[in-house]
Amino acid sequence: MSQSAQPTPATDERIKDISRLRQSLIRPELGGICGTVLVFTFFLLTALDSGMFNSQGVLNWSTVSAQFMIIAVGACLLMIAGEFDLSVGSMIGFAGMMIAIFSVTLGWPVWMAILITFTLCTALGALNGFIVIRTGLPSFIVTLAFLFILRGFTIYFPQTLERKTIIGGISDAAQGDWLAPVFGGKILGWLFQWLGEAGLIATFERGTRAGQPVVDGIPMLIVWAIALVFFGHVLLTRTRFGNWIFASGGDAEAARNSGVPVNRVKILMFMFTAFCATVFATCQVMEFGSAGADRGLLKEFEAIIAVVIGGALLTGGYGSVIGAALGALIFGVVQQGLFFAGVESSLFRVFLGVILLGAVILNTYIRRMITGER
Amino acid sequence: MNTRSEHAPIIQMKDIEKHFGAVIALAGVSIDIFPGECHCLLGDNGAGKSTFIKTMSGVHKPTKGEIIFDGKPMHFDDPRDAMDAGIATVHQHLAMIPLMSVSRNFFMGNEPVKKIAGINFFDREKADRITMEEMRKMGINLRGPDQAVGTLSGGERQTVAISRAVHFGAKVLILDEPTSALGVRQTSNVLATIDKVRKQGVAVVFITHNVRHALAVGDRFTVLNRGKTLGTAQRGQITPDELQDMMAGGQELAQLDDALGGTV
Ligand SMILES: Nc1ncnc2c1ncn2[C@@H]1O[C@H](COP(=O)(O)OP(=O)(O)OP(=O)(O)O)[C@@H](O)[C@H]1O
Ligand SMILES: [Mg+2]
Repeated sequence: MSQSAQPTPATDERIKDISRLRQSLIRPELGGICGTVLVFTFFLLTALDSGMFNSQGVLNWSTVSAQFMIIAVGACLLMIAGEFDLSVGSMIGFAGMMIAIFSVTLGWPVWMAILITFTLCTALGALNGFIVIRTGLPSFIVTLAFLFILRGFTIYFPQTLERKTIIGGISDAAQGDWLAPVFGGKILGWLFQWLGEAGLIATFERGTRAGQPVVDGIPMLIVWAIALVFFGHVLLTRTRFGNWIFASGGDAEAARNSGVPVNRVKILMFMFTAFCATVFATCQVMEFGSAGADRGLLKEFEAIIAVVIGGALLTGGYGSVIGAALGALIFGVVQQGLFFAGVESSLFRVFLGVILLGAVILNTYIRRMITGER
Repeated sequence: MNTRSEHAPIIQMKDIEKHFGAVIALAGVSIDIFPGECHCLLGDNGAGKSTFIKTMSGVHKPTKGEIIFDGKPMHFDDPRDAMDAGIATVHQHLAMIPLMSVSRNFFMGNEPVKKIAGINFFDREKADRITMEEMRKMGINLRGPDQAVGTLSGGERQTVAISRAVHFGAKVLILDEPTSALGVRQTSNVLATIDKVRKQGVAVVFITHNVRHALAVGDRFTVLNRGKTLGTAQRGQITPDELQDMMAGGQELAQLDDALGGTV
């Protein structure tokens, strides 16, 4: 090995020392973090005594944010894997309607309705993925088709079966069901009871529930959101499958040549997105006690916006679940906060647009620093 | 050393044909690759070298022909199968993902795992450590294992791809023009590495357009031309000039040689 070069020095003099702070700031979520800080500062200053930060207020915007988070996690992982799903909103409407039809129209037990709906919807997600992989068409087009197909069925089924587009009575059907509370229930009731008794949170002053806390627990919707964010984050950053997700979205051909099962990864991510949409739908149906044919409208775009605010690259291969969750939080807080702050609600879109643009510009700048992308 | 493994080929490619629609990229190529040899694959642009090694590494399925690996017929359904069998490849286009960090790229498709509470997690510490170690061996200092490949120079990227293949190529190492973007020091490192792994009994398939590099490490030389072999030569049986002529399809270069007044 005489031609082998002399050992290279352990450090490189061509590298400038980057300060700890700067280094810790350069991460995909920075746009989301800045946005979150900005939004909270804004509302703490303008809407502090409007009730936005008491127990009901916090529950209000956390619930809305949690809804966004649930679909954003799925959209985020799918986008990092290099694909889109525009049928998320229609899938939400469809899944909710299926639960209603199975449990109310057909009279099946609610747990069975839920399980079969989950199976059906993840299978539809797999079909989405399968068509994308097999035809090589952009997922944008394939899932756009599903946006219409699923929405069409969501209107057609209840109309032919029940002659209406909203099916109610699910609350009654769910009485005593073992699975329904997993989506529609609340946890930590005792804690809120205690907080109420200790006078730390508001309680009802009169009526049948006098003395009970106004917020009597954390809805399962929020628990699902946190669990899904945690799951998605760990999956993406800490497992081998997470590496495959990045690789599949970064360059499918290169990933394939390196032995990554790209097709499997993509199809699984389509299924996961459908799963998240179904979780959203089930929680919503259990909360409202009804399913409507127009549920979930435009949700796919809200999910994608949250993901992009969170630092993901639209073309795949780069992003963060934590970022997407922060994007969803920003979305929820802004939407509900403007209401608390008494701002004309039409300004919501202006505000959102400004945040979207700001976050994306910041994210692009950071991403270029990290990846050397030109 | 075990004589059987010395003299039985690790891979036999028999009459491999590969068609892409109407294009016949390979029209029946047969070669044997032995453990411990460096087999150079030479030939013009478009001769079919990359296509050939892709059938060997599981990327393409041959349209016709047979692959015998370690004495048994082999059907690689995808690159994973080949990799599991101990065949690692540096593709001409490197198969690296610019947005991902060096260590994530290094272990892409082969991530080390550690079990925590019964769940398999990506062992990033191990991945980072091995990546830095292997890169240093190649004479490249990384800023850190989490540096994105997109921030590396072309040659540095190539070095990552090579050290990755060396790390995973337990039995066969396939290098498709690995030195095309490398500096002098890194090139000699690669050639030294080829020599080293060959001595450890690994079979090396080395594609290059550089006759000097081929002659520096090659034991045998197979020349492809328009999807066919022009034959295999042993080291010492062929002069550099003959080899260079064969690589360019013989005559053409001779004519060109005259035209340019012997400067090629
Ligand atoms: N996926 C493909 N689809 C269609 N034709 C292909 C494909 N891959 C290779 N070919 C054709 O097969 C032939 C051989 O290509 P190949 O890449 O194997 O050449 P090569 O010997 O590696 O050349 P180079 O020295 O330029 O790398 C070329 O004519 C090419 O156009
Ligand atoms: Mg080639």
